[in-house]
Amino acid sequence: MNGTRAAERAAAKSTAGSAAPSGTGGPAGPAVPARPSFWTTRRRDFLTGYLFILPQLVGVLVFVVLPVGMAVWYSLNDWNVLSGKQTFVGGDNYAALADDPQLPRVLLATVLFSGGVVVVNIALGLLIAILLNRKFRGATLFRTLFFSPVVVSVVAWTLVWGFLLQDNGGINGMLATVGIDGPNWLQEGDTAMVSVVISQVVRSVGVNMVLFLAALQGVPRELYEAARMDGANSRTVFTRITLPMISPTVLLTVIVTVVGALQSFAQIAVLTGGGPGLSTTVLVYYVFQQAFEFNNIGYGSTLALMLLSFVMLLTMLQWQLRRKWVFYED
Amino acid sequence: MRTDRVRPVLLVIALSVMAIPFVVPTVWMVAASVKPLAEIFEAPPSLWTDSPTLAAYREAFTFQPFARQYFNSVYIAVLVTLITLLVSSLAGYAFARIRFPGANALFLVVLTGMLVPSEVTIVPLFQLFKSVGLINTHWPLILVTALAGPCVLATFIMRQFFIALPVELEEAGRLDGLGRPAIWWRICLPLARPALSAVAILTFLASWNLYLEPTVYLTSPELFTLPQALTRFADSYGGPMWNTQLAAATMTVLPMLTVFVLAQRHFIEGLSHSGLK
Repeated sequence: MNGTRAAERAAAKSTAGSAAPSGTGGPAGPAVPARPSFWTTRRRDFLTGYLFILPQLVGVLVFVVLPVGMAVWYSLNDWNVLSGKQTFVGGDNYAALADDPQLPRVLLATVLFSGGVVVVNIALGLLIAILLNRKFRGATLFRTLFFSPVVVSVVAWTLVWGFLLQDNGGINGMLATVGIDGPNWLQEGDTAMVSVVISQVVRSVGVNMVLFLAALQGVPRELYEAARMDGANSRTVFTRITLPMISPTVLLTVIVTVVGALQSFAQIAVLTGGGPGLSTTVLVYYVFQQAFEFNNIGYGSTLALMLLSFVMLLTMLQWQLRRKWVFYED
Repeated sequence: MRTDRVRPVLLVIALSVMAIPFVVPTVWMVAASVKPLAEIFEAPPSLWTDSPTLAAYREAFTFQPFARQYFNSVYIAVLVTLITLLVSSLAGYAFARIRFPGANALFLVVLTGMLVPSEVTIVPLFQLFKSVGLINTHWPLILVTALAGPCVLATFIMRQFFIALPVELEEAGRLDGLGRPAIWWRICLPLARPALSAVAILTFLASWNLYLEPTVYLTSPELFTLPQALTRFADSYGGPMWNTQLAAATMTVLPMLTVFVLAQRHFIEGLSHSGLK
């Protein structure tokens, strides 16, 4: 490919201003006959490249970059949509973060929720993938079963869990048959958090399971055979071969899962509405409340930018960490 | 090993127990949707009823414009998926295969779209769409989903796929006198079916699950999408109408299921080609 390009470039140079492009110039286009074409393959490629990325680029600029800039501006203003008054207040909204008595609770809930989701999700996804990564009858069926909640929309899935988790719902009904008096799951702080974490993990772990399965199948068999010949036990094989070999996938899923958990809105809104108290009010939900329920656009935007900085920090941190513990074949 | 014969049985038992929270809610949803309301809270709970009824399904359509809301969700998801397939395969191809000045910097700009949570941009986007009179229309749901967030992930997946595609195929096309657009359309896209399937599923899923956006942008019930509509089945006291809600929720599974059945053959293959492996 490079060779062709170089040839074209040379051809373009030598013919510049004189003759028609030579045969090596590729498709010159029938519309441009004898005159030397301005449209060398290289230039044509530049133009095609820009045209091809244009819709995506415009989309990101208009719907991501511009709004982030606007959010920064909003965060410097005091702006209540209802009163319609917008006044520049500089860093006041940022100072308000320190004075917000609710914020520590919100951040705690955010850490508990995201941390819980990531730990349970990765551990469970990996466990299921390892169990399914053997040949036995029914492996495909189980894979489908574990993946099936992904097909149910988030809100439908969350509604069903809300139904099952009620005081007189199905889960307590089942517990009652074995003589356990279940808690009122969604009405007590601790169990409400456990409930949203579990329902979220069960719904989404199928995706990570599929990615882990694909990664496990990519581990060369020879490595396992060599380890077995050396008499390694299954635990050593897992920590020394399997885990390092699939670590890029683990890294990716951890990033995607943390970022996904930080953005879980529907689950919280439908299942607990942030309650009881503030026990499940994660940052995303708090942003929504401030901006659209209390109409505090300025403070809501400040919180939103805090969320953005968390996501970016985590992503960068994991990107740095990858050098330490991610194994790449090359 | 001596335990070899016992193991598969233990494995299946362990997996069956683990599968309970994955399967029971869905089965429960379907079962409860055909139960008479009084039976839903029966203890001990059962997955069966002696007098199945479709009353809740009828109720779902009469309580609010559910057919209309259903159509809204489907057409928006289909439209968003088609636009994303086009936009992301064009951009992904260009970033993978065409060398043009600034490509790397522009790719980084595009990737920021993957990093920014939609909750961060929703307030400014609301103001933007308000200023052009598009609040309480489907445009924000279509444009933002099809061109930003999920589309960026799609572009990334397409780029990873095209990078791995042998260059020789394109060179053969060029010798036959094909230009870039023709190479993209006639050679690369047909080969990219696995990646396109993965993108189609992920995008459809993303659009289908949108909840914050419709909640923010839409106020008229006939414009609602399904996730939003599902939470509105409440009686005059604000209590949830459980069996109606569950019947409606059951019905919302069908389109996703259809998409998965159509595309799943390529789905895992597509993901593993995309560098996610």
